[in-house]
Amino acid sequence: MGLETASAERPLSTLHEKASYDVADFEVPKGREEKWRFTPLRRLRGLHDGTAAEGSAADATDPVLVEVEAAPDVKVERVGRDDPRVGRAYVPTDRVSAQAYASFTQATVITVPRETVATTPTVVRLRGEDAGHAAFGHTTVIVEPLAKATVVLDHRGSATYADNVEFVVGDGAALSVISMHDWADDSVHLSHQHARLAKDARFTGFVISLGGDVVRIAPSVSYHGPGGDAELYGVYFADAGQHLEHRLLVDHTVPNCRSRVDYRGALQGDAAHAVWIGDVIIRAEAEGTDTYELNRNLVLTDGTRVDSVPNLEILTGEVAGAGHASASGRLDDQHLFYLQARGIPRDQARRMVVRGFLGQLIERIEVPEVREQVAAAIEAELDR
Amino acid sequence: MATLEIRDLHVSVGDGSDGAKEILRGVDLTVKAGEIHAIMGPNGSGKSTLAYAVAGHPKYEITSGSVTLDGEDVLEMSVDERARAGLFLAMQYPVEVPGVSVSNFLRSAVTAVRGEAPKLREFTKEMKRAMDDLSIDPAFAQRSLNEGFSGGEKKRHEILQLELLRPKVAVLDETDSGLDVDALKVVSEGINRFSGGETGVLLITHYTRILRYVQPDFVHVFAGGRIVAAGGPELAEELENEGYEKYVKAGVSA
Repeated sequence: MGLETASAERPLSTLHEKASYDVADFEVPKGREEKWRFTPLRRLRGLHDGTAAEGSAADATDPVLVEVEAAPDVKVERVGRDDPRVGRAYVPTDRVSAQAYASFTQATVITVPRETVATTPTVVRLRGEDAGHAAFGHTTVIVEPLAKATVVLDHRGSATYADNVEFVVGDGAALSVISMHDWADDSVHLSHQHARLAKDARFTGFVISLGGDVVRIAPSVSYHGPGGDAELYGVYFADAGQHLEHRLLVDHTVPNCRSRVDYRGALQGDAAHAVWIGDVIIRAEAEGTDTYELNRNLVLTDGTRVDSVPNLEILTGEVAGAGHASASGRLDDQHLFYLQARGIPRDQARRMVVRGFLGQLIERIEVPEVREQVAAAIEAELDR
Repeated sequence: MATLEIRDLHVSVGDGSDGAKEILRGVDLTVKAGEIHAIMGPNGSGKSTLAYAVAGHPKYEITSGSVTLDGEDVLEMSVDERARAGLFLAMQYPVEVPGVSVSNFLRSAVTAVRGEAPKLREFTKEMKRAMDDLSIDPAFAQRSLNEGFSGGEKKRHEILQLELLRPKVAVLDETDSGLDVDALKVVSEGINRFSGGETGVLLITHYTRILRYVQPDFVHVFAGGRIVAAGGPELAEELENEGYEKYVKAGVSA
């Protein structure tokens, strides 16, 4: 490998530029790598080093069951590895992602036909049956031009699971996705969720991470025509011993696109760990970009750990707006004092503040059932 | 009849590095239902410390003295217990609480203080009437508590809470500061509405301006962490004309 001269035209964040379908193209991570330094590799059960894939017997029943409740007019197929629609929008950018691509047997393809406005959400239920065997999955959602749909990815149960999810949003189409991770305590889930936006496409990606031992989700967005608009929201609640990691990448390569990122989490209990990486790149050719990213963490007890790293790289002087912010802090004594001074008991005051903090995002969830589920799950977390 | 009694109250703020600093140095004060007491003093004299110490803010440490409400030991109570016992502190700088709506907050507070949840319909009516009285736009009920409120709006909301919670004793910490004349009149009307009856009022202020609209029964001059002079409304006039200078000296030498 020769020396490369840094060019002002190229961004510094190039981690995602190395992409391949071949697991062998990625070295087994050791834990020092930028991409992996926050992740507890020992708890990945071999998803990163090939041992999990060897153990996943193809003949056994699938440890993660997939069941889809589709909206009328929305087409759902289970296809094999050779289906040409699979893997077109996204090429794996790390070892686990490539492993998932190499090891899945069946993919779910959801198609929203041109100009179709889906009247109800399409719900994909992923049920982990057995965390003792690794499972690999692939989901591709294609929203054809001018169509509009909402998709819920509902992850539950016990699993050791790695997957890739592709969202292909056509010209003038709109897709809203809610990815709910309410795994059982023994689950490990690593996922890449890539949205590919055509001209004037709109995408809203909501990630909710509540359960699981290790959950590492990497949502990313690429733009392939002007007018693309992506909103990425996340709500997470990390309990004692839980590792919840969200790694976002928004790569503005096209003029006049917009992105908004707002992730908020609460942490409580010993060794609760939240990681948030927010990479936004505005390339030289992406004039007129409008972007803002935000991460906030509310620390409820001692012994938790937050790593929050926003990266914003701007390679053009012609931006419409660009900003980022990250704030992590303890539950504010001033807030509690104010509510208590009005007679509200301390525990109730604490709940009100946490509910309020996360609620501003939760209320943006478009599907009422999911919104209520999330609100109820947060209450259950606060009861612990 | 409700009575708040403050006896020889000493309060320190400890910051760990250079030890605790005594801010209140022996405060004696009795406030009864229906009375309006004005506490006036220069900045830094400890007026706000008195307010926060009585309300139970954890930053302030009571080193000696007592505070009782109708004979009950207030200092033994948690912050919320004090509020439920009938104490109210209108804050100088009400904090913003994102995502907690004004109506949710008010209903939670009223439920806690009254001991039972008010019927939603009746409460909505009661809240709306109280908002009308204070010229508060009803749309504020749905907004996040204090978030994006102007200084005057925050102060009016403090008085709104006061009217709904009907405390035995209300401590108003510089509620008049930062208000324009119109807002001051609205807020003063609110204070007069509830002070006429069962509520005792401790009005902490830096300026005499509000005393043109709210007539105090007693005026206390605060300096150097103590009350250094007490009298009737005429004392406020004297302060208006002569300022705090002579009291500041008295407070320091005491």
